[in-house]
Amino acid sequence: MNTIALVGNPNSGKTTLFNALTGTNQHVGNWPGVTVEKKEGILNFKNKKYNIVDLPGTYSLGAYSEDEIVARDFILKDEPDVVINVVDATNIERNLYLTTQLLEMGTKVIVALNMMDEAKEKNISIDIKKLSKELGVPVVATIASKKNGIEKLIEESINMMSAGNVPQNKINYGKDIDNEINKLKEIIENSNLNTEYPSEWIAIKLLEGDEYISEITDKNILKIAHESGDAIAIAAMEPELIIVDKRYEFIGNIVNKTVKKPKEEIITKSDKIDKVLTHKWLGLPIFALIMLIVYQLTFAIGEDILQEGLNAGMETFTASVESFLVNVNAPELLTAFITDGILGGVGAVIEFVPLIAVMYLLLGILEDSGYMARAAYVMDRIMRSLGLHGKTFISMLVGVGCNVPGIMATRTLDSKKDRMIAILINPFISCGARLPIYLVFISAFFPKHKALILFSIYAFGFLVAIIMGKIFSKTLFEGESSYFVMELPPYRFPTLKGTLLNMWDKVSSFLKRAGTTIFAVVTVLWILSVLPYGVEPYSQSSILGKIGTVIAPIFKPAGFGTWQASVGLFAGIVAKEAVVATLGMVYAGVEEGAQLVTAIQGAFTPLSALSFMIMTLLYTPCAAVIGTIRRETNSTKWAVFTALYTFAVGWIISVAIFQIGGLFGLS
Amino acid sequence: MKSLNEMPLGSKTTVVSISKEASVRRRLMDMGVVPGVEVEIKGKAPLGDPIEILLRGYKLTLRKNEASNIFVK
Repeated sequence: MNTIALVGNPNSGKTTLFNALTGTNQHVGNWPGVTVEKKEGILNFKNKKYNIVDLPGTYSLGAYSEDEIVARDFILKDEPDVVINVVDATNIERNLYLTTQLLEMGTKVIVALNMMDEAKEKNISIDIKKLSKELGVPVVATIASKKNGIEKLIEESINMMSAGNVPQNKINYGKDIDNEINKLKEIIENSNLNTEYPSEWIAIKLLEGDEYISEITDKNILKIAHESGDAIAIAAMEPELIIVDKRYEFIGNIVNKTVKKPKEEIITKSDKIDKVLTHKWLGLPIFALIMLIVYQLTFAIGEDILQEGLNAGMETFTASVESFLVNVNAPELLTAFITDGILGGVGAVIEFVPLIAVMYLLLGILEDSGYMARAAYVMDRIMRSLGLHGKTFISMLVGVGCNVPGIMATRTLDSKKDRMIAILINPFISCGARLPIYLVFISAFFPKHKALILFSIYAFGFLVAIIMGKIFSKTLFEGESSYFVMELPPYRFPTLKGTLLNMWDKVSSFLKRAGTTIFAVVTVLWILSVLPYGVEPYSQSSILGKIGTVIAPIFKPAGFGTWQASVGLFAGIVAKEAVVATLGMVYAGVEEGAQLVTAIQGAFTPLSALSFMIMTLLYTPCAAVIGTIRRETNSTKWAVFTALYTFAVGWIISVAIFQIGGLFGLS
Repeated sequence: MKSLNEMPLGSKTTVVSISKEASVRRRLMDMGVVPGVEVEIKGKAPLGDPIEILLRGYKLTLRKNEASNIFVK
């Protein structure tokens, strides 16, 4: 099957084009070894199938980020048959910068000049024939959101596949630089340097001082490259800058010849919206309001409506399965295994889907409309005074739904320091699964102050996250740089199809990542509670009870050193939603309800209840989160570190609460 | 020579150079901030930082300390 790769700047409409080409025939995975998302799909055209690979959206193809390295390695090493370069027609000058780098690679490139409708609105006219001639590659005008020009783009791509080597335009770097490039190219070709990259491209990258390429090149060549660099450097401009400058000069010449736009930039709708949304006084309150609405809608639609419906459905289903099994005289243990073990596990996973789906739907709309960039922009100053990045707030907010997508949302952070801190502090943000724990304890001890206590717990989680972020920024990542250089894309109406596809991507990846873990651990937990065979389920003599008995003394200074509480916390490390159900089983023999509340009232005091709630807020996140941290940081070390330090923080604070509270005569 | 963070709101100017010490130098260059390019200070975030500039027909935001590495006419 022939492969077509899509490259382009963020916000160029690349994903919309990908959706137009593949429809729902797509899947999302990860590039091996890195945390960059890999999107692939199948295009059916005139009874033939084509593999479409959506490369990460980048501004350049250097070694600036993992995204850029993934994109360029795919083009040079995997050699797709055609590369479609999506160019935003309203922002052609900066978009063509990526095109110049594709030309340097010597691959078969087709430019999809996208968003032609918006360009027309802005009175920008582009001579497409001339642009194609100047670039030396085919250019097809498209409006991906309306599927305009897609067929022609596909036909051109197929034509190009069968064509021989397509002659391409080369960027004129000027005689001096061209000479050095040729010299280096020859040396690389005659050396035993064995890479999958073209030698001319390596030569340019060496002159640009590309860190990644410099590392895989041997010392002798590197030395000559440095000499070449010194030879072409002119006052105040080193080779790297000269090369970037030449690319922009090349683009400038082409744009002058082919693009006509109004002299005075017309005030666009985007400008008008930005006047309000990033306003000096209104910017922050509007941001707070939008986030409040997202939060309210997520819980109102996701939890109260959809989740309750699902739970009811699940209960009916479980009950009918149970009565069926009883009717056919299935062994008691098998019935229990299927209804409590397996269906309990499935239920725990499904329960989260509505919450996550609604949250992703709303955040996806904000993202696609262009508001998320504004949110980071207006929040950055406040967040920075706390040692965090403007975008970190978004990942913390997503964490309120579930920490797994919260941690995945840190992918938009460019610098390693900002991203690592955002990942490490996310578990302190109280996720949806922890809410039922607070609710049980609050109705047992503080029913009159429900809203206040609940709000305080969430706020305390944010506070601890921020304090730890500040500490990490001054210790573990001291001296590493944090930066904020971000495009503000024009506001756009999200398309229904794009939004839904995006939501489905996220939900299915959540199901795959977290779902399998939650399902497995809930099932395993159940097994631990009924073994050894014949024991009273969830009693102290079950394996689960024995584990609790061993751990219990650790929690004595925090006021809840009982085997039951320990079992609950242990269950929480596998999945937070298992805490209430487990406490219910060990205390009252029921999963939830009034009996559990009464049992909790007997087993805890108000002070130890508070200390226990803070412990569940802060201590080790669930297995799915730990697994996600391992994948996102590509390091087991950081995953283990997070599991341990959050436990330490939770233990210290809950012990402090219980001990200090005791000094003041509280109990 | 002035740096970009000192420019008043609404002013237009031309980039002369980017400090070699700037850690985001390459990123800025890739985004089109190279000597000779015209920029306009379009806006400031609620607390005066980061700032928003218009260049090459698009909007870029950056922190003031990053803008202080960009020297302008």
